[in-house]
Amino acid sequence: MKLKSIFLAAAVAAAFASPAAFAQAKEQFFPSLVYRTGAYAPNGIPFANGYLDYLKLVNARDGGIDGVKITYEECETGYATDKGVECYERLKGKGPTGATVFQPLSTGITFALTDKSFTDKIPLITAGYGRADSVDGTVFGWNFPLGGTYWDAADMLVQHVGKKEGGLDKLKGKKIALVYHDSPYGKEPIALLETRAKMHGFQLLLLPVTHPGVEQKATWLQVRQQRPDYVFLWGWGVMNSTSIKEAVATGYPREKMYGVWWSGAEPDVAPVGEAAKGYNALVFLAPAGQGQVHKDIIKYVYDKGQGTGKKEDIGEVLYNRGMVSAMMAVEGVRRAHIKYGKKPLTGEQVRWGLENLAIDDAAIKKLGFTGFMTPVSTSCVNHEGEAQAKIHTWDGKKWVVQPDVYHADNSILKPMIRSSAEKYAAEKKITKRDCAKEAG
Amino acid sequence: MRRHWPVLALGTALLIGLALPLATGAAPVGFYVEVLLGGLMTGVLYSLVALGFALIFKASGVFNFAQGAMVLFAALAVARIAEHVPLWAAILLGMVIMTALAWVIERLVLRPLVNQEGVALLMATLGVTYFLDGFGQTVWGSDIYKIELGIAKEPVMILPDVFQGGILVNKEDFVAAMVAALLVGGLVLFFQKTATGRALRAVADDHQAAQSIGIPLNRIWVIVWAVAGFVALVAGVIWGSQLGVQFSLAQVALKALPVVILGGFTSIAGAIVGGLIIGVGEKMAEVFLGPVLVKAFDLAGGGIENWFAYVLALLFLLVRPEGLFGEKHIDRV
Amino acid sequence: MLYRENGQFKSTYASDQQMLPILQDRVFMMALLAFAFFVVPIVTSEYVFLSLLIPFLILTLAAIGLNILVGYCGQISIGHAAFMAVGAYAAYNLVLRVPQLNFLVVLVLSGLIAAAAGALFGIPSLRIKGLYLAVATLAAQFFMDWLFARVKWFTNYAHSGSVQTAPIELFGWTIESPAEKYLFLLAVLVLFTLVAKNLVRSHIGREWMAMRDMDVAAEVIGIRPVYAKLTAFAVSAFYCGVAGALWGFVYLGSWEPLAFNLNLSLNLLFMIIIGGMGSLLGSYLGAAFIVALPIILDQIPNWLGVPISTATSSHLASMIFGALIVFFLIVEPLGLARLWAIGKEKLRLWPFPH
Repeated sequence: MKLKSIFLAAAVAAAFASPAAFAQAKEQFFPSLVYRTGAYAPNGIPFANGYLDYLKLVNARDGGIDGVKITYEECETGYATDKGVECYERLKGKGPTGATVFQPLSTGITFALTDKSFTDKIPLITAGYGRADSVDGTVFGWNFPLGGTYWDAADMLVQHVGKKEGGLDKLKGKKIALVYHDSPYGKEPIALLETRAKMHGFQLLLLPVTHPGVEQKATWLQVRQQRPDYVFLWGWGVMNSTSIKEAVATGYPREKMYGVWWSGAEPDVAPVGEAAKGYNALVFLAPAGQGQVHKDIIKYVYDKGQGTGKKEDIGEVLYNRGMVSAMMAVEGVRRAHIKYGKKPLTGEQVRWGLENLAIDDAAIKKLGFTGFMTPVSTSCVNHEGEAQAKIHTWDGKKWVVQPDVYHADNSILKPMIRSSAEKYAAEKKITKRDCAKEAG
Repeated sequence: MRRHWPVLALGTALLIGLALPLATGAAPVGFYVEVLLGGLMTGVLYSLVALGFALIFKASGVFNFAQGAMVLFAALAVARIAEHVPLWAAILLGMVIMTALAWVIERLVLRPLVNQEGVALLMATLGVTYFLDGFGQTVWGSDIYKIELGIAKEPVMILPDVFQGGILVNKEDFVAAMVAALLVGGLVLFFQKTATGRALRAVADDHQAAQSIGIPLNRIWVIVWAVAGFVALVAGVIWGSQLGVQFSLAQVALKALPVVILGGFTSIAGAIVGGLIIGVGEKMAEVFLGPVLVKAFDLAGGGIENWFAYVLALLFLLVRPEGLFGEKHIDRV
Repeated sequence: MLYRENGQFKSTYASDQQMLPILQDRVFMMALLAFAFFVVPIVTSEYVFLSLLIPFLILTLAAIGLNILVGYCGQISIGHAAFMAVGAYAAYNLVLRVPQLNFLVVLVLSGLIAAAAGALFGIPSLRIKGLYLAVATLAAQFFMDWLFARVKWFTNYAHSGSVQTAPIELFGWTIESPAEKYLFLLAVLVLFTLVAKNLVRSHIGREWMAMRDMDVAAEVIGIRPVYAKLTAFAVSAFYCGVAGALWGFVYLGSWEPLAFNLNLSLNLLFMIIIGGMGSLLGSYLGAAFIVALPIILDQIPNWLGVPISTATSSHLASMIFGALIVFFLIVEPLGLARLWAIGKEKLRLWPFPH
């Protein structure tokens, strides 16, 4: 017993000692909260691989961001909020200037970290997830839901089915079911859908699925009973493929199923295979496929044996999304270099960069992201940029992108965002930023 | 007769609840049958996991929380091995692995903990759960894997003329039910007719008496855990073929706890019947009671099946603590 | 040599019945408290506060609560995170709807609400015990998870079901920095430990232990099982409710029902088993062990400089965690507190053991 207690004591002592001091190097530290284990690993792994591969590429190809080397460290969250918070605390102080930006890939963790961002002054990029109201940069000073929120997504899906019916007014009397992951992630779109339901007179059916979502028989029996005209799927991880499987088993037509952009990747349909044919999902930012940047990744990273994952998985939907997320963080740093100089930056300085992002088509081409990215430009007030997305359909073997581009209707979203952000500010007793003053 | 009236009351209440959707016309008959079948099919799967629980509890008094992890581990093993060899060979190999696992658990966990309290043993199986979760993912990977039993996934419509809308039935579900029935039949034969089976029952009745007449306790435990491992394997393969083999599989096993409570900890028949009751009960509740509750209390969605099974088990527990088929010598307070 | 009680005579009942009858123990305790209150806040880093000490203090409180029920009264529960959830949501609603209440009052009230819930879910214990009761408490776990996720009023109609809280204010003191949180929690914990210590050595504590050791005999000597069991459930849930409120307000700051899921319940149970059942010290040791172990395991490859992929290292951590639990159960089924007691006995005789 004695040896063991000595060992334990040593381990505890080591935990108390602060992490080894870093020399003031020309390095920018990128933390990466990942989940490579547990129920959500099939979706977490490709995203994490894409994220890391892009950072490796920037180091290998460009020698870092404007000469500042990127360092990174992963921390396993298992998609659990408390574990995510612990990871955040562990990583936020690393590197010469602390963590650059966090991208937790979990709405639950985003909720928890949003709280901490106000004191720690580290930005959060939540591209396509997180809080829908965090578009409002005056209240949520540190959140960047770049490229789209769940309210955007829900709005676009309603627009799409409206178009299919021949006009939004035709939705009157229709029934739309939302099959959602029973967590903050799945619940986010409800507010918007309820507003839209009132506007157009369609009936909204809420069908929650409990974590992790392998048991959905009752849910789909209800779908079969209620026969909704459309099913919106807001799932993650194994829940997605199970939903599609149950839809097959209850004979619900896959053509009438629309997933959010997190329910439309290869791991979601591949286990169902041919039977998932006709299933649709939103796709924003990064569709599947390969472009110039992938060639670079193969050339500079994989061919040198530095790749994170398997070579044949490059170009999957979630891989690409991880890559784009990393790219936007890197571009935020690059932008901030213009103002603060080409040196390691603090989170607060990086925020300025993220608030002044201007990635236009030329920049996208230069970065090699043509076809995988739409222009993003942000401001102190608007932390999202312009959200747009398309629908893609699974043809049994691969995703086929449909041509129509959708934009969220800001006349509906804006007031919702404002009132929700104000409620948050009141509950947390936050003083709003004055963007006009900061710019001046 | 006095002993029986609460049981009867509960039974009647449940039956009335079961018949209510039909009687009030809330559901067309065809759909009602579909829900019933869906519940039964889910129940079969619950039963399979509960069977493992009951076997181990009967023979060694251990409340084996790790049964779910064993299901996952077995399914992962079969799925990954089947990528290289034919399915039947993979299942055989999986059986070998589960037997080895049973032996290791008996040697390293159960034997040193013999004569400990129930809670300590429960905790130990929780430790085994954590270990197996990590070990399984290290060895086999944490992606979603497929087990192809070669049965069509498209549903079949039967009796479209009798009921409006017909009844959708899955072939896979039927195969699962068949396999479960075969398994139970086999187990009953094994327990009743073979010498080992008799020894197992003797151990279950009284450890010390069994040992004193020369039944090797340790070997019996290995056998029981191996049999439980085999049941886990069958459950894992069937479940895995329906849902995909993935980490989450282990979690569904939590539903097996109310099943064994309801059926009685030590009864094989109880595990089967309990599984069916829980399966039907929770699907019925979710589909018919859920929407009513949502409307009445303005809830954010249904999802009552998560606790309904437990509440059902709790009700049974209050009127009949030994479960439906359990032995009577349970301490009552 | 130093640790001797020779010559310490007890000449009054009060001195005979004090909590720490040995002088050296008292000195040690005072020194430890002084260290915890004055030294730790100065020397500790923010990470250690936020990831180790704060969760440790709150979970210790919850573990004490569970220990009262399981360790002292012998009733098993695998659903105690449910009562933490009750406490957390009660506190959230109290702060939201009656903002003028002092937070200490809120804490006590939310504890009381949790106690009521505890007594309610303790009713099955009058009929059943052992593993059956364990499953009954699981019902509480799943029902509460569902309740707080579904009934919109509890979360103030938050559209995502997640609630936020502002930093706590006490008499004009805003508890915001990690060190402040730590000190506040430490004070609360010390207070509640004192209360628990006195509860378990008063008549009610002895009733609980009598129920635990043999319920029939206890009943024969005139202990009412209904009263003993339900008070144990209520007091236990009270502690967990307070811990839950602190977990939400001080540690998480914003949470969803998932924060109080089955995993947390199981962890609480691990704490008291590994720490030692029926021992307040055990609750402390167990909580420290369970909070620190995964974090340490997770970081060992990092310290050693071994490049292991994130996935492998967290799988390994899970395996080692499981193996260690089994190992502890085998080697020292009475928990860490027992090891401590053995050490103390040895120290008493050292350096001349007969």
